[in-house]
Amino acid sequence: MGQTITEKIFASASRKKDIKAGEFVEAKIDIALANDITAPLAIKGFKESGRPKVFDKNKIVLVMDHFTPNKDINAAQQVKISRDFAKEQKLKFYFEGANSGVEHALLPEQGIVTSGDMIVGADSHTCTYGALGAFATGVGSTDIACVMATGKLWFKVPQSIKFVLKGQLNKWVCGKDIILYIIGQIGVDGALYQAMEFCGPIAKKLPMADRLTICNMAIEAGGKSGIFAPDRITENYVSKTLRAPRFFESDKNAKYITEYEIDCSKILPQVSVPFLPSNAKPVEWIKKTFIDQVIIGSCTNGRIEDLRIAAKILNSRKVAKDVRLIIIPATTEVYKLALKEGLIKIFVEAGGLVSTPTCGPCLGGYMGILADGEKCVSTTNRNFVGRMGHVNSGVFLASPAVAAASAVKGFIASPVDL
Amino acid sequence: MNMILKGKVHKYGANVNTDEIIPARYLNSSDPEVLAKHCMEDIDKNFINKISKGDFVVAADNFGCGSSREHAPLALKACAISAVIANSFARIFHRNAINIGLPILESPQAVKALQNGDEIEVDLAEGTIKNIATGEVYIAQKFPEFMQNIIKAGGLLEYIRGDKKNVKKV
Repeated sequence: MGQTITEKIFASASRKKDIKAGEFVEAKIDIALANDITAPLAIKGFKESGRPKVFDKNKIVLVMDHFTPNKDINAAQQVKISRDFAKEQKLKFYFEGANSGVEHALLPEQGIVTSGDMIVGADSHTCTYGALGAFATGVGSTDIACVMATGKLWFKVPQSIKFVLKGQLNKWVCGKDIILYIIGQIGVDGALYQAMEFCGPIAKKLPMADRLTICNMAIEAGGKSGIFAPDRITENYVSKTLRAPRFFESDKNAKYITEYEIDCSKILPQVSVPFLPSNAKPVEWIKKTFIDQVIIGSCTNGRIEDLRIAAKILNSRKVAKDVRLIIIPATTEVYKLALKEGLIKIFVEAGGLVSTPTCGPCLGGYMGILADGEKCVSTTNRNFVGRMGHVNSGVFLASPAVAAASAVKGFIASPVDL
Repeated sequence: MNMILKGKVHKYGANVNTDEIIPARYLNSSDPEVLAKHCMEDIDKNFINKISKGDFVVAADNFGCGSSREHAPLALKACAISAVIANSFARIFHRNAINIGLPILESPQAVKALQNGDEIEVDLAEGTIKNIATGEVYIAQKFPEFMQNIIKAGGLLEYIRGDKKNVKKV
């Protein structure tokens, strides 16, 4: 029996040949990540482990992004713990301020993660990097403490589910719509503990930005990881990564626990209504819902490609009265590109606010918190109760195109309606 | 770790997520005592007032879905919740709970039968859950040996501390 790409990466990382899903292995970690919320707990754990030095100062990445620029004294104290630790341990990758950005947009952009890697992060959206043909998964702070100490971590090798993306993409439909649609079909635990492998003719055509968005939300279906087999688009994207990529692909006779054929022709621009990402439906099915806020940004949709789509819609248009549009380029590099391409000007002239990079509003941290009863269309990844603020507020998840169109209309709208 | 736990049941539905267990607005602290004060407040405002030391959270499918925040099991543990019993757990929560030493049990049989306020006794070594009033016993799924070793050590850090081979002398 053949192996899946995920089994092959596990075999390589644990120096074993015939690894099969279900086995427990100890794998060597290529990159371990933590952020301003999860790093302090990991650092505390590492110190308790009694080891004086991290296993490799080039493989631990700390990104200050969730509550930064520091929103209050407690947040500043948390960041200080990480900053001091990074200095003490001489970590190569510590990001704060203008060097920083939303972690899962930043690491691929900076070439820190690459194809074939075994990556763990104390952040659930670490699964994003599967887009590069890597195994990447979210873990806890204690797991990161263990990796800091030993360079290794225990895993149960996941079963894989195959998603064959077929058909044609409708106008304005992008990676976000595809993944919301899939989560809507299989549910928030539809891929629990499993690797979601995306393939098929549509997958092969998808640009890297859309692949990153799709893998980013694997966790919202309960998935352990999302993955695309490397192809020419991947090779192009990883040609400048800091470490050499290693390309793996699934054998033709690899074993999958389930196989789904997704007819992408059926997918229209989607919105996931409160309070689960699986509440996905076409925008046109939603009766007129007035909104108070729109967020365009995050590790899901804060890349330059996302901002270009938003600018295309917002160019020469105005944000509706009574709607606050907040646009958050995910990294400083994205911000600079957006400036250069004139996108920032378009956003500001349309009546939007442009923030410095932060995860801020996505998790109800700051920079766009909702009041009692308020509604927000957001390009982020979760719409749980109280996610962006008040327990009675509601987040509607959508693509940058739907978010921008909604900002213009003042209610949840499809770009097709403009 | 005490292997016999006793307490009352507090029952919830499916997909209880980490934003509900501990809202992100409190994550500017990682102090378990601070987190405990806000545990479950967005799903059950009265939670911390109605629980007593040693009580159990019982829930349906996919408990702990969402973020990787270890603050979620830490908050439950700091509230003196002795274990979580559910039909299934989201994987990062599952990992985190084992790593920090918060007992979790998968038992759809128990979830189906138990009601709010039931007094139960859990035997972690045996993986059994007993309704004290009726005497009914429900079976939980056994942990694989690998995880049992982490649980026995008292958590992942304690487990790796036992593994001195990897210590580099510097």
